[in-house]
Amino acid sequence: MSEPLVFHYDVDGSDFTSAGQASVFVKRNLRQLGLDPEIIRRVSIAMYEGEINMVIHAEGGEADVIVTEDAVEIVLKDHGPGIADVEKAMQEGYSTATSSIQSLGFGAGMGLPNMKRYSDEMQIDTELGVGTTVRMKIRLT
Amino acid sequence: MEGYRHSVLLDKDKCTGCTTCLQHCPTEAIRIVDGKARIDSDRCIDCGECIRRCPHQAKKASAGSLENMQRFRYKIALPAPSLYAQFDNLDDIDYVLNGLKKIGFDEVFEVSKAAEFVSEYTRRYIRTEGIRLPVISSACPVVVRLINLLFPSLSESIIHLHPPVEVAARMAKKRAMEAHPELKEEEIGVCFISPCPGKVSYVSNYKELYDLHIDEVVPISDVYFLLINAMKREEAIESLSESGMIGVGWASSGGESTAILNEGYLAADGIDNVIRVLNQIEDGNIPPVNFIELNACPGGCVGGVMTVQNPFISKSRLQSLRRYLPVSMNRMPEGERYIPQEAFFNKIEEFAPERRLGSSMAESMRMMSDIQRLKNMLPGIDCGACGAPTCRAHAEDIVRAGGQEPDCPILKARMLSEGK
Repeated sequence: MSEPLVFHYDVDGSDFTSAGQASVFVKRNLRQLGLDPEIIRRVSIAMYEGEINMVIHAEGGEADVIVTEDAVEIVLKDHGPGIADVEKAMQEGYSTATSSIQSLGFGAGMGLPNMKRYSDEMQIDTELGVGTTVRMKIRLT
Repeated sequence: MEGYRHSVLLDKDKCTGCTTCLQHCPTEAIRIVDGKARIDSDRCIDCGECIRRCPHQAKKASAGSLENMQRFRYKIALPAPSLYAQFDNLDDIDYVLNGLKKIGFDEVFEVSKAAEFVSEYTRRYIRTEGIRLPVISSACPVVVRLINLLFPSLSESIIHLHPPVEVAARMAKKRAMEAHPELKEEEIGVCFISPCPGKVSYVSNYKELYDLHIDEVVPISDVYFLLINAMKREEAIESLSESGMIGVGWASSGGESTAILNEGYLAADGIDNVIRVLNQIEDGNIPPVNFIELNACPGGCVGGVMTVQNPFISKSRLQSLRRYLPVSMNRMPEGERYIPQEAFFNKIEEFAPERRLGSSMAESMRMMSDIQRLKNMLPGIDCGACGAPTCRAHAEDIVRAGGQEPDCPILKARMLSEGK
């Protein structure tokens, strides 16, 4: 078993247009590891939604992508306001994004549901006023 | 892919080893080795961006020639609609078509005519039950190759319909054989007058795979001056044009999409924009549309590197040329219920994704870890002085070649100045 590979990215919270950059870099690395295109697509959607969430709600954060021979794990960590009601946040269409953000086409309330849909396991640790960590796992086998 | 025949080539004598092409190649296919550019055949998609950018004209497109058409008894020209946009004060497409006959063609068949059929096929295709939407147009061969190289998960979304040029070639040959029963099929030659090297590569590499009927691809820039001399306003001309606004509109970005009529669409042009859009599609981050038109060249086909005119001027000319044309002059025959079978291709060109680093996942992971280590040692200014487009690419090159240490001129200079 080889050492896990870790890709680390800072997600800049001030800039909507740069959101999605980390997902582009990750895709390239995963392609070069020879991962199946469908797996790469799932990782990139999950990653992208997570990035956007951090930009909208938490002024950015950090993303780690950990690759082992069995799975790709995405860990998104922010120091934002935390999620008050995780169960509600998981419902499709539920969003606390401001109307100005929604007018940009974000905040449709599909972020977390999509992250769950495209990953095999998802875990949310959140504390109000402290921040949120989302872990997603996409199995390779 | 082994043995891929590229149409974008380097003129070594003119190359100064400057890093312009290196920095602009969208697939990082270029390296500077021993002071000259070198193109990696596996990664090059023949987009022509390096031709557009090279300040020394050291990149060129290789294509077919009009002389090669002499091998045929009956010669048919297939003008791309972008050809019409090359001429100042052109108010009637027939001048161009008559000009083509004067320079030696027996017949012309407009690609824009076939484009009107392809537009209708596409409209029907989108409404077919069970189709995964959105679909991506197959018309730009550079985009198809790009998707197969960098976005393999989207390759299924490409519409499996032949592009207008091939549909035109088939229709032209069929029509010629009907009109001239004395001709054998192999005596009829079809010559595409092309705006881009992408189509040259498409024909030279996939003639067999797609059973292409195009025999020769000649640059617009090669016929331009011949045509200028042959086109005479005062002479009476034959009425030849058989296409409308829709077909001619395919020459510029958005034209193919507007021909889809009522369906939601997205159209992007310019290779960097296309890559950005493909990344967003892959991330699931696009508005709900049914059709996606992607053109590698800025402005669409009018921006091809084998044209002579600035794409924006071309676009403007096309607009005035289209103004008095009927919307469309071609319709599928009454009673034809669905897209004819011969308009489809069965398999897409060889799936050629970016190479995996090592022979196994474990080996690839170790190599990736080495790449990261090397990359962190490098200055990160992506200056190109080492011959690779970015520090990341340099790290990858070293690791792929089995090396362990970076070979970076900036690092060496730093070490010298620090007296190490």
